[in-house]
Amino acid sequence: MIWNEAAECMDEEDKKELQLSLLQQTVKRAYDNVPFYKKLLDDAGVKPEDIKTLKDIEKIPFTTKTDLRAAYPFKMFAVPDEEIVEIHTSSGTTGVPTVSGYTIKDLDIWGEMTARGLGMCNATKKDRIQNCYGYGLFTGGFGIHYGARTVGCTVIPISAGNTKRQVDTLLDFQSTILTCTPSYAAYIGEYLKKEGYKPDDISLKYGVFGAEMWTEEMRKGIEKSLGITALNIYGLTEVMGPGIAIECPEQTGLHVADDHFYPEIIDPKTGETLPDGEKGELVLTTLTREGSPIIRFRTKDITTLHKGKCACGRTSCKIERITGRSDDMLKIRGVMVFPYQIERALFKTEGIEPTYQIHVTRPGLLDEIEVKVEASPDMFSDEMKELSTLENTLSKNIHNEIGLRVNVTLVEPGSLPRSEGKAIRVIDERNFE
Amino acid sequence: MKIKQLSVFIENKEGRLKNALNVLSKENINIRALSVADSEKYGILRLIVNDNEKAKKALEKENLIVKETEVIVVGIPDKPNGLNHILEILEKDGINVEYIYAFVSTKADEAVVVMKIEDIEKGLKLLKEANSTILTRKDINNL
Repeated sequence: MIWNEAAECMDEEDKKELQLSLLQQTVKRAYDNVPFYKKLLDDAGVKPEDIKTLKDIEKIPFTTKTDLRAAYPFKMFAVPDEEIVEIHTSSGTTGVPTVSGYTIKDLDIWGEMTARGLGMCNATKKDRIQNCYGYGLFTGGFGIHYGARTVGCTVIPISAGNTKRQVDTLLDFQSTILTCTPSYAAYIGEYLKKEGYKPDDISLKYGVFGAEMWTEEMRKGIEKSLGITALNIYGLTEVMGPGIAIECPEQTGLHVADDHFYPEIIDPKTGETLPDGEKGELVLTTLTREGSPIIRFRTKDITTLHKGKCACGRTSCKIERITGRSDDMLKIRGVMVFPYQIERALFKTEGIEPTYQIHVTRPGLLDEIEVKVEASPDMFSDEMKELSTLENTLSKNIHNEIGLRVNVTLVEPGSLPRSEGKAIRVIDERNFE
Repeated sequence: MKIKQLSVFIENKEGRLKNALNVLSKENINIRALSVADSEKYGILRLIVNDNEKAKKALEKENLIVKETEVIVVGIPDKPNGLNHILEILEKDGINVEYIYAFVSTKADEAVVVMKIEDIEKGLKLLKEANSTILTRKDINNL
């Protein structure tokens, strides 16, 4: 069901008018209250009044993660400290974390965003949401939590970890909606099967999965092992958290909440804005955010934008499933490779477990890729030659996807690291110095 | 009769084989025969044990992958040409031997050989017709 019909099914012209008005207010607010934005616009010779059409947004330079790191901790806040009621940060694993500040109104909006996602799951007050996204500085846990509170569902704030407990909870509390990373959902599916449970033993109907990239093939695997409809959710800490875009049951793309976030697709090399339907880097601007307004943030996520009315009835524009990041792209022997492609090739092969890891090395002068795949009972044969044949088939399927020869190694089940958060799929040992 | 052999996937890493065998020893599983087929990156540990169910459960609990495969166990007179004679019987009818390994018997003049063959029904029939000594599960447990 559609949580907010007025917003989600808005007429295109009305939407553009609303977006422009909100954009103008946001640019003014950022210019007046955030020194970084004042300098950014002044240096570019742009004044808030210069934004007269939506296309004028292109006059404003981009904001990058580096800019946000330099503003650590609170230099990007547009309101006085006493108005910030909540703070979340990015993980900080690759440098100084970025900080997002939320006012009470920001939190209400966040709840509305994820409530729209729960609407896509036909959630009512009777639903029980098992929220395994981490609660803490990470935006996943709280984002879903606020949506659940907005709809009035029963939220089970179990957070991440302790798979046995997760499964006991699924069974005992008869949760109806599961929210976590897709790799963790796949892991729960594996665990259920291992313990002898069938999808019918649990009451899950829907799953809302995100925080990492995942393939269509992985979705099908999860839908089968858990007996659910699995929907994709997108978000990032810098722009709010989960709920910026959520997939409807049509599963033909994620609806961007474009009455609150303005999306653009750019060419990552030139910065040029691309027309709808072309693949490029997603750039986001907040339209209603008070605490931490962000203008033209380069997400580094690669996707395509589609406008028009969806079969579900919503008119909010859609983005395709994220298939790579402009910085997760691997260059192997000069060829562009996304981990996504390798995942897709592996899943095309029968009887594959969803756990794999890609190792990139340069032992001599040439790059080598080794793909480690965990052996599963279905895959394992008593005969050496069949295992070899399987490895060769996997290697061939990968070659068809990426045009490169890789080594495939079968490893023991459970030997690859599992993650309750984002799965680490690529280990690049090459030293480029 | 057909005997169920256990095959275990072993990664070619230090201690992995020992780990599997340790699991069996802890459960007091008696290994009647053992063989390891190896390749560059992994091995297949093949076992004839006295309690398949118990062994399988214990190994799977440790996240090891176990499969049951049907093999034939043949008693061969302990003198030259003993094994060759058996292989000739199978070869004459074009039955392929996938792998083979031997182990001890308590009988002084008998060697015991485990074979995985291509057409197990046909192979069993031929060997029985040639009066070969096919061991039963009971025979194996009494070794």
